[in-house]
Amino acid sequence: MKIQTPEDLDSVRKKGLKKLQPGRPRIGVGTSSCGIAVGGMALYNRMHEIIQTKNLDISLVKTGCIGFCKEEPIVSVSIPGKAQVLLRKVHLDDAERIISLALQGDVPSDRALCKISNWDHITGNLVYGNEFEIIPEYGEIPFFAYQKKVILRDSGLINPEDIDEYIGIGGYFAGYKALTSMEPDAIIDEMKRSGLRGRGGAGFPAGLKWEITKKAPGDEKFIVCNADEGDPGAYMNRNEMESDPHMLLEGMLIGAFAMGIHEGLIYIRAEYPLAIERLILALDQARTYGLLGQNIFNTGFDFDIRIATGAGAFVCGESTALAASIEGKTGRPRLRPPRLTEKGVFGRPTDLNNVETWCNVPVIIAKGASWYSSIGAKGNTGTKVFSLVGKVDNIGMVEVPLGTSLHSIIYDIGNGGALGKEVKAVQTGGPSGGCIPVRLFDTPVDFESLNQVGTMMGSGGLVVMDEDTNMVDIARYFINFASGESCGKCVPCREGLKHMLLILNRIIAGKGTHEDIDLIKELSETVQKTSLCGLGQTAPNPVLTTMQYFPEEYERLIIQRE
Amino acid sequence: MDEKTLDGIIDKYPNSSGRILGILREIQIQERHIPMDTLKLVSGKLQVPLSELFALVTFYSFFSLKPVGEHLITVCMGTPCHVKGAEKILETLEEHLGLSGDTQDGKYLQTTPDNKFTVEIARCFGACSMAPVLHVDGQLHGYVTPERIPEILEMYGWKR
Repeated sequence: MKIQTPEDLDSVRKKGLKKLQPGRPRIGVGTSSCGIAVGGMALYNRMHEIIQTKNLDISLVKTGCIGFCKEEPIVSVSIPGKAQVLLRKVHLDDAERIISLALQGDVPSDRALCKISNWDHITGNLVYGNEFEIIPEYGEIPFFAYQKKVILRDSGLINPEDIDEYIGIGGYFAGYKALTSMEPDAIIDEMKRSGLRGRGGAGFPAGLKWEITKKAPGDEKFIVCNADEGDPGAYMNRNEMESDPHMLLEGMLIGAFAMGIHEGLIYIRAEYPLAIERLILALDQARTYGLLGQNIFNTGFDFDIRIATGAGAFVCGESTALAASIEGKTGRPRLRPPRLTEKGVFGRPTDLNNVETWCNVPVIIAKGASWYSSIGAKGNTGTKVFSLVGKVDNIGMVEVPLGTSLHSIIYDIGNGGALGKEVKAVQTGGPSGGCIPVRLFDTPVDFESLNQVGTMMGSGGLVVMDEDTNMVDIARYFINFASGESCGKCVPCREGLKHMLLILNRIIAGKGTHEDIDLIKELSETVQKTSLCGLGQTAPNPVLTTMQYFPEEYERLIIQRE
Repeated sequence: MDEKTLDGIIDKYPNSSGRILGILREIQIQERHIPMDTLKLVSGKLQVPLSELFALVTFYSFFSLKPVGEHLITVCMGTPCHVKGAEKILETLEEHLGLSGDTQDGKYLQTTPDNKFTVEIARCFGACSMAPVLHVDGQLHGYVTPERIPEILEMYGWKR
């Protein structure tokens, strides 16, 4: 069935709602990559077997990830008229008990993490009900209380493998609105007024990039989604694609229409097999409903999306390297300008946005630019998803308004250091970022403030380090990473990073001198100023920030010798 | 890889964007390395010089020209894994499997003499919440400790 009229869309919405609230117990098992690794899929299979063999009146679905990774596998149980309950650290042996309790209208409260009485999907609202008094509300759990879920509004609650559920909570209504009732330029204008900045790390205004691409001469253009999430310690994009793939597709559809582009590509890293699988499925389902393909919503607009896979090269996150990779070449950056918007994939004007940037689009169109820009801070509107990992107590995927302080993320949400240890620093921005010491944790997380303290937003990895972490070793780790991932095209990056690595090895081996410290500083500046692309230009940041904020750790290694 | 299977893969990529890397990725996944003979076949079929394909499979870390053992262990070396002791995990694996730890051609890929296990490293596979992690034949193991290594290896037929 092709969705063409508002009635068509509404009938699918009703069908989806019926799946979300089926009038019988519904059990959702968290089966994103992290959930699967700790037994989520085995749990799903066990439950499936029980329900099948006993022919039970229960709806069992796979869900994505609600973000509290530490508590996986997480299972949600919703009983008609009662609050939806999230169960934590569910064992395979719990399967039987969860099912039999659900049939009696109950849940195993000893496994309960929290309950959800109603949920604002932003594009729709689901009311579940109350009961289960002893189980705390979702908003009472500190890990969740300080978050604001815009991008992750559906994650862990809907079935990512079923387009009906996405439409059930209002998905593709923004797409319908955009294509049938908005002028393309009005969409771009809305995007510009929302203040949305690129979530890949650089923070370029998304609406402006759309406008530039649209104005670029040429009829054949591309829009590309950058899903080559290469920063070690960052997995937001994987989670977004595994948990709610249609949000991305809808965002790209709206963008394509606004820019008048008919070909879309998702460049995704080969290391994400489940995300690839779910995207392929989502694309098929969207095509079946006519949400991709020809004459979408009967408007005469054609658009489709294909998947292009990366193959494990960090540098391919750089735009020109990414374009080369899509063309089937080695991912070596070239000089800019011309930018991709002018000369991109196969020489055609190309709009490149990160997964999370695209994911912001449907909600901006659905709720409007002023709603969106009221979230976050001035010049840094909206929310940002972070992967809070490393030596922090509450590990997980967190979404907060931009401008939230590091302190709030690491202590209010993360509950401080793991195993009672003192947090020493947090590393943001991957190999291009830096380490921020605990005394600067008042820093608001926005593009400019992070730059001021010597690091950058990056894609959103926050790796917490504690008293046991050796900061010189961290600097060496990143230089080793960047040196290994250097494409080898320009000398400063290829040779400079290699020599920085040698110097750091020397210092760590206790053979360093004060001259080495001066030399590595000088070398850092040279590599920053003279490298061809962002990889080299930012690679010294981990060294410079650790030297600035933790000079005593370098000093200690040198004094030992003298 | 036989020619028919290869043709089947190539047919899946009628469009030029993402074509070559997509094809190589599927060969890598099926064969667990890129056999030189297959690469030559690809070169002929796509009309792409073998030298260019060789450049690709040596540039991108996802590909390997060397065959791997029966079980492929990939140790994640991402930042969260690093701060939680990935290095120690790798050392312990080397110790138990009797591997040297030397790298060749800048790529870490080592196979046991009995061809049972190959160990490689990865930059990050985005399973950071369970750091340190590794996967064996694609199956993810999280919260790995040096003490748990023998137990994991035994699941794949290793004997103490």
